[in-house]
Parts: sequence; C-alpha cells; structure tokens
Amino acid sequence: MSKFRTPIATARGLGSARSGARHWMHQRVTAVINLLLLLWFAGSVVSLAGAGYADIIWWVRDPIVTVLLVLLIANLFYHIRLGLQVVIEDYVKSDGTKALSLILLTMVTLVLALLGIVSVLKVSFGG
Amino acid sequence: MAKFALPKNSKVKKGKYVAAPEGTKTIRKVHIYRWNPDDGENPRMDTYELDVEKCGPMVLDALIKIKNEMDTTVTFRRSCREGVCGSCAMNINGSNTLACTMALDEAKGDVVIHPLPHMPVVKDLVPDMSNFYAQYESIEPWLQTKSPDPAGQERLQSHEDRVKIDGLYECILCACCSTACPSYWWNSDRYLGPAVLLQAYRWLADSRDEMKGERLDNLEDPFRLYRCHTIMNCTNVCPKGLNPAKAIAEIKKMMVERQI
Repeated sequence: MSKFRTPIATARGLGSARSGARHWMHQRVTAVINLLLLLWFAGSVVSLAGAGYADIIWWVRDPIVTVLLVLLIANLFYHIRLGLQVVIEDYVKSDGTKALSLILLTMVTLVLALLGIVSVLKVSFGG
Repeated sequence: MAKFALPKNSKVKKGKYVAAPEGTKTIRKVHIYRWNPDDGENPRMDTYELDVEKCGPMVLDALIKIKNEMDTTVTFRRSCREGVCGSCAMNINGSNTLACTMALDEAKGDVVIHPLPHMPVVKDLVPDMSNFYAQYESIEPWLQTKSPDPAGQERLQSHEDRVKIDGLYECILCACCSTACPSYWWNSDRYLGPAVLLQAYRWLADSRDEMKGERLDNLEDPFRLYRCHTIMNCTNVCPKGLNPAKAIAEIKKMMVERQI
C-alpha cells in the first residue's frame, strides 16, 4: 500500500465486480446434487458387491445408470472446479499467478471430467 | 508467494520483567506485546507482576494500573471503560475482546495481551485502523432515499420493521470480529470483513432505506462479500454478543433473492 494513496482509495479499489452470486449459488446447488448422486452411487456399489465383471458392464449399460453416472461426474468436477477456485482466490495474491492457476484448474478438471464421461459412454455403448 | 516465517524484524522477543513490590500477596502475571516504531527494535513481550488485590476486576483495570504504577510507556487505546466505545479491543489470551468487559478472573493462568491480530501496529497495543474505517466508509453507512423527506415528520417505521435491525445497530465497530477472521487476515485489502458487512446489512435490513439495489450491487463481488467462508470466528468473539456471520448469510440470501 503506497503511503500516498488514501485509505478510501484502497478500500474502494477497482469497484465491485458485480458478480459472485451465481458462483455461490452454483456451489451450493451442485453440493446438494452431489450428495444425492453420491448416495445413489454408494448404494449401487454396495448392492453390486460380489458381482462379476459382466454384471457391472450390464449395470452401466442401463440408460438410467449411464445418464446418472455422466451427471455425477460432470456435477462432481464442476463442484471441484468452483471450490478450488475459491481456495486459489484466497491464497494466491499475484494477479498473474492467480489467472494462470485458474485457467490450469479449469483445464485439469475439464480433462478429468471428460475422461470419466467418455469412459462411461464407451462402456455403455460397448466397444 | 506464501511466506512461512516472519521477517527478521518481526520476530517477537522476550522483553523485560517487572516484579511486584515486596510483600505483595496475590500476584498475577500479565504479558504485554510491546513495539515502538521509533527505537528500531524487534517487538517483545514484557511481563508485569500485578498486585491483584489492589487492582480493579477487569483486564483494562490491570492495564491502567500497570501504566500508572509500573511502566508509563505501555500504550493502548481506551475510553468509555464500559463496552460502548470499542477502543480497547485487543487480543487477550488468544481471543479478541474488549479489555474493559473481560474480567481478569475469566482469563485462565497468566494474562497474555496482544494487539488485534493481523493489523499494522502503530505502537504496542494500538493497531492502525485506517483501512477498516475506510471500508466502513465505502459502504455508505447512512440512510439513503429517493423519495423527498416527509414534511414536518420523521421517516416512519413499523414496530415489526424496527425489530429487524435489532442485533445490528448495537455494533460498536471495535473490529474484534474482522480481525478474528482468517479470510480478513489474508485478503483485508479487498474483503470487507464481518464488522463492515454487518453494518452493510444494517442498512439493507432497514425498511426506510431506498437504495438496496445499489447497496447489493456494490457488495456483489467475489472478494468484498464472498470471501466469507462461514468460519464463524466473528460470531464467537463478538464482545457485544452479535452475530455477524448471520448478517452476512442474510446478505447472501438477498443476492439470490433478487436473481430468482
């Protein structure tokens, strides 16, 4: 903080970004959806205990299961993306590093999510 | 990048030890953070042996007794000595509170006094509050209206509406909550902190205020408002028993309310 800048100039800064509410809402909504989908997933895994390879494949091929799995993966990684964004904003001070970290975070979570979704679809459609 | 150790000139050293006069029966040790900007020395913790039997009941009484009788250079702010002015906010035994409303008996073991955490120190227990006050100013904490003032009378408010600012108007801006908030520690340049957000909500909750949209516009920011991660330290430490965390949650609810 330069000693020639008034405190009010620092406090007002560049003004309000007029955003953040959407991020906050999405984080909460995805958290609730995650809870439901993960409960369903955990229940399914338990009920599939002892099932063979083929049984699992057939389970995934059920259209409802395929859709729910895709939703779970998409929702999970979107939620991770939103949550880690907050961590980065909290602790990374320099604007350059922050922007770079956020871009990297988006790419990594996107790649992981797509990897999961494509895998589910591949099993579901056979091949 | 993150710094894991304090800079050399910030390391707190052991200070002097001032013993109580001979024959003192009940002694209580008081450790006080000392730093003087003029002598170029590192900060230090001085220890004073307090004669409890000849001291008032509160931590502020102890500080005043030490300043009057043992060491006149001990520097701290105080004014009303009854929890209304907020001047004597400091960190006592690890928790921010008002020295005037905290009894010596409430502190377990030695009494350890630091200035409010993570604020620039002016001297000893006196923090620099300029940024905090500027942030308060930035939320424009006064009644704002579009309608002309009613002729010959006040702006009226129903009893139900008046009740809505209970638990908000009592805030004395002592900064105990804001300086207990880790989010405020890391990002006080951009995050407004619990005290200022509670004050912002005080005007958002006021039925007479007509600039709620503009107020929300100015708060809707990833840093100004959304650095609050409901850590709840603010509510835990508030010496007036207020709930800044709830006020912030109410602002967040308003943000959603105007979108759906």
